[in-house]
Amino acid sequence: MTFWTWLKSLTSPPIFFVLAQRCGFWFGLISVPLLAYGLIGGLLLAPPDYQQGEGYRIIYVHVPAAWMSLFIYSLMALAGGIALIWRIKVWECLLTAAAPIGASFTALALVTGMLWGKPMWGAYWVWDARLTSELVLLFLYLGVIVLHQSIADARAAARACALLAMVGFVNVPIVHYSVEWWNTLHQGSILPKLGKPTLDRSMLTPLLVMLLGFQSFFGYALLRRVQNELLVRGEIQRG
Amino acid sequence: MSAVKAIFLRELRLAARSRADLAQPVFFYAMVSLLFPLGIAPHSGSLTLFVPAILWMGALLAALLGLERLFRGDLEDGSLEQMFLAPTPVSFLVLSKLLAAWLVLGLPLALLSPVLALLLGLSFSAAVVVMLGLVLGSLSLFFLGGFSSALLAGLPRAGVLLPLLVLPLVSPVLIFGAGAARAAISGGSVEAPLYFLAAIAVLCICLIPPAAAAALRNAFE
Repeated sequence: MTFWTWLKSLTSPPIFFVLAQRCGFWFGLISVPLLAYGLIGGLLLAPPDYQQGEGYRIIYVHVPAAWMSLFIYSLMALAGGIALIWRIKVWECLLTAAAPIGASFTALALVTGMLWGKPMWGAYWVWDARLTSELVLLFLYLGVIVLHQSIADARAAARACALLAMVGFVNVPIVHYSVEWWNTLHQGSILPKLGKPTLDRSMLTPLLVMLLGFQSFFGYALLRRVQNELLVRGEIQRG
Repeated sequence: MSAVKAIFLRELRLAARSRADLAQPVFFYAMVSLLFPLGIAPHSGSLTLFVPAILWMGALLAALLGLERLFRGDLEDGSLEQMFLAPTPVSFLVLSKLLAAWLVLGLPLALLSPVLALLLGLSFSAAVVVMLGLVLGSLSLFFLGGFSSALLAGLPRAGVLLPLLVLPLVSPVLIFGAGAARAAISGGSVEAPLYFLAAIAVLCICLIPPAAAAALRNAFE
């Protein structure tokens, strides 16, 4: 299969449906051991932090969830661009199917962050830059979901969502730097900068495995939702 | 270019003929801002703390009143269709329409704000900063709001949905705008947030019209 035919298969609903059926299965299968190893490694095997004790272990959910929230929004903006420029139905479905998953990861990152903030900062919520921009990101996700729900025609709804996602995507860095300028309390990033990790390898490995696990779970959930969307739209007939 | 000018003048004429629609956001803004202190102990000094937030949130909400029906009339009477049939790119027509809408609905809010600021106990120089911030901020607000309104054009429940789409998008404007006002009250430097507001306004004026035009095309196709 050449690259071009592979790319074309991403544009045809029936071919994509079969591909999604197969890939979704594998993503789902891979995510189970990855998440299991990440959880066991993070919650049991990794050493406690010298400063935050056992409390830091929530990063094994919090950091991958926060990372996914940004990743999915970027993916939505990309899918939105593709859907608008080439008017490809599959990418429209990818965009609208990704929004609820992204919103869930964002909510997960916020909730775990709040639970972590209580023992470490003494408050569930502080008006810090990262928390606030994550909250605005959740609102942006909710905007896309609400917009999708409120327009009856599926294609018009998806294209409206695509436009909103793209404008929101330009807005996310502006929101981030505006709130950073406004106030900051959140600790710096622990994901490794190239060459100098700020996290010990024994702590870092489970975190990266969790990230992969979240990614493959997202792949699984996304492909199943896209299949569902294609069926609802009537692009795929099933006997 | 004549089409751009025609749209601009048409908006102004339409606005001049429905003065109640023009006055509504202004009255709303004045009332919200001036009733706010009733909820705060008036002489405790805490009012000054809240004034930037009151003036900015009031302006945001008042602007939403006007934005909601920005494209509704055009969609109903078919002039939107004519805009798409015109040889001029729709982005320019949308730009012209949004600028006119800002001029008649957004700028009055900004011009009212120093009066409200003085009534709420700010100094004269701080009131001027609030106004400058709102002149710049309301531009971004009207462009982002116009885009959201275009997305929702033709929907029955647009009035409820509009704030959900607009308010997250304008959060940087709120931060910088209220930031400038707070800096003016505490005697800090107001240039940086005002420059940021100007930068966001320029960005919106450049990038939003094509997006809003695409949204409108999508809404009535």
